[in-house]
Amino acid sequence: MDGVALRELVPKALSVLVGRGADFATAEDAVQEALIRALSSWERETPSDPQGWLITVAWRAFIDMARSEAARRDREIRFGADPPTGVSASVDDSLRLYFLCAHPDLTPSSAVALTLRAVGGLTTRQIADAYLVPETTMAQRISRAKRTVADVGLERPGEVRTVMRVLYLVFNEGYSGDIDLAAEAIRLTRQLTTLTSDPEIDGLLALMLLHHARRTSRTRSDGAIVPLAEQDRAQWDTELIAEGVAILQAALARDGLGEYQAQASIAALHADAQRFEDTDWVQILEWYDELLRFADTPIVRLNRAVAIGEADGAPAGLMALAAIDPGLPRYDAVAAYLHERNGELELAARLYASAARKAPNAAERDHQTRQAARLNQVLRDKLVRRDDSLE
Amino acid sequence: MKYLLLKHYRGAPAPGNDVPMDQWAPGEVDDHIQFMRDFAARLQQTGEFVGAEGVSPEGVWVRYDGEGRPPVTDGPFAETKDLIAGWMLIDVDSYERAIELAGELSSAPGAGGEPIHEWLEVRPILAMPPSVNE
Repeated sequence: MDGVALRELVPKALSVLVGRGADFATAEDAVQEALIRALSSWERETPSDPQGWLITVAWRAFIDMARSEAARRDREIRFGADPPTGVSASVDDSLRLYFLCAHPDLTPSSAVALTLRAVGGLTTRQIADAYLVPETTMAQRISRAKRTVADVGLERPGEVRTVMRVLYLVFNEGYSGDIDLAAEAIRLTRQLTTLTSDPEIDGLLALMLLHHARRTSRTRSDGAIVPLAEQDRAQWDTELIAEGVAILQAALARDGLGEYQAQASIAALHADAQRFEDTDWVQILEWYDELLRFADTPIVRLNRAVAIGEADGAPAGLMALAAIDPGLPRYDAVAAYLHERNGELELAARLYASAARKAPNAAERDHQTRQAARLNQVLRDKLVRRDDSLE
Repeated sequence: MKYLLLKHYRGAPAPGNDVPMDQWAPGEVDDHIQFMRDFAARLQQTGEFVGAEGVSPEGVWVRYDGEGRPPVTDGPFAETKDLIAGWMLIDVDSYERAIELAGELSSAPGAGGEPIHEWLEVRPILAMPPSVNE
């Protein structure tokens, strides 16, 4: 049994334990304990009923934890070793688990960590590796998160928007360690679409699939960023694109537009273009205008300025840019691109160098440095040609 | 024993091959980045690599401003401030080895494909006291 199949058993085991009366925090620790045991012992032999095995081992672990806790408090043991019968996890239980782990009282990083562990079935070590923090730090983050939601309980209805935001954050995290967080986010979002009906969840899933389809072409083997215009479109995963587009179209037909469907529509239009020159920027711009209605953020306006530059020409893009705060991250990168397209190469080169200084990550910094170096090379070559013609 | 190798945006003595990176040929930028990746990968192979990160040149000074008051910030940095660009933490057998590795790192190619001869700071990490000390 592979890791993903094993992880899929985790939320149900947790729901069953909570359904039997276990408190969420201890039950979650017990399931993690059972998961770690499964990871080591299932390598030799997978049990015939993996879900049943996980629930049984988790329940025993819970009893042990509850007993030692009770002994500490000198209290009677509330739970017998024999589990109550006839308790099973329902669709609603799984959904409530999502809500609890993405509770609005949690900070985004806590919600992400708790979701990956309790719903995603990852071990603390895997989550710590993925986010490049020490395991003890991640363990603390998760137990603090559980204390925060301890009194919430699984009964209160949750907020599906916060769940989507958490899954989007997981998807957007770069790739490091053994666990592919983007694939994990897709798996959890796919699962969420089976638990509740909301065209925005479908929109989010479509958005993830459409971006995931282009992933291999977005970076070179040495980690360097490849801009959209230069990506090898033959590398795009056409099956994922087809699935994303189909899910998006069905969602759009349900007449409940939102920001994720608008973003997915933009991604779909990019995916639809055989060559960069074929991109339907006019339609993309229309979707940016839609997106502004739901999420009028500076980042959206910045990306919209690029779309305007492509649809109506660089001067129009620069006009749109003039209304945006120059202090924004990536502002200089967008300004450099538009000024280059407007033929102002020296200014563009300076802006690319500035974008490199302000880059939020090393790949982006290296990319902007390359852009500045490329333009400066063009400018030097021009100078040489001019000198030649003067001779 | 562990050593911290520090790279500077500014504040270090001027290197031999002192051309800003955005003035290099694009291929030279690629070669430099590849050199840095290869260097870290090789130290992982030899079991001497502990960690490395680059840091943004943007930042602020911060200090405590008394009970119940928000911390005071002072930024952006003055043009004269010594500015760290990144660090690499290595765990090696000797001081000589740390110097040897820092020397190799400083040979990273720059403009014209020539070594930058960048000055790197090598700082011993203060370790745990040993069990046997007499």
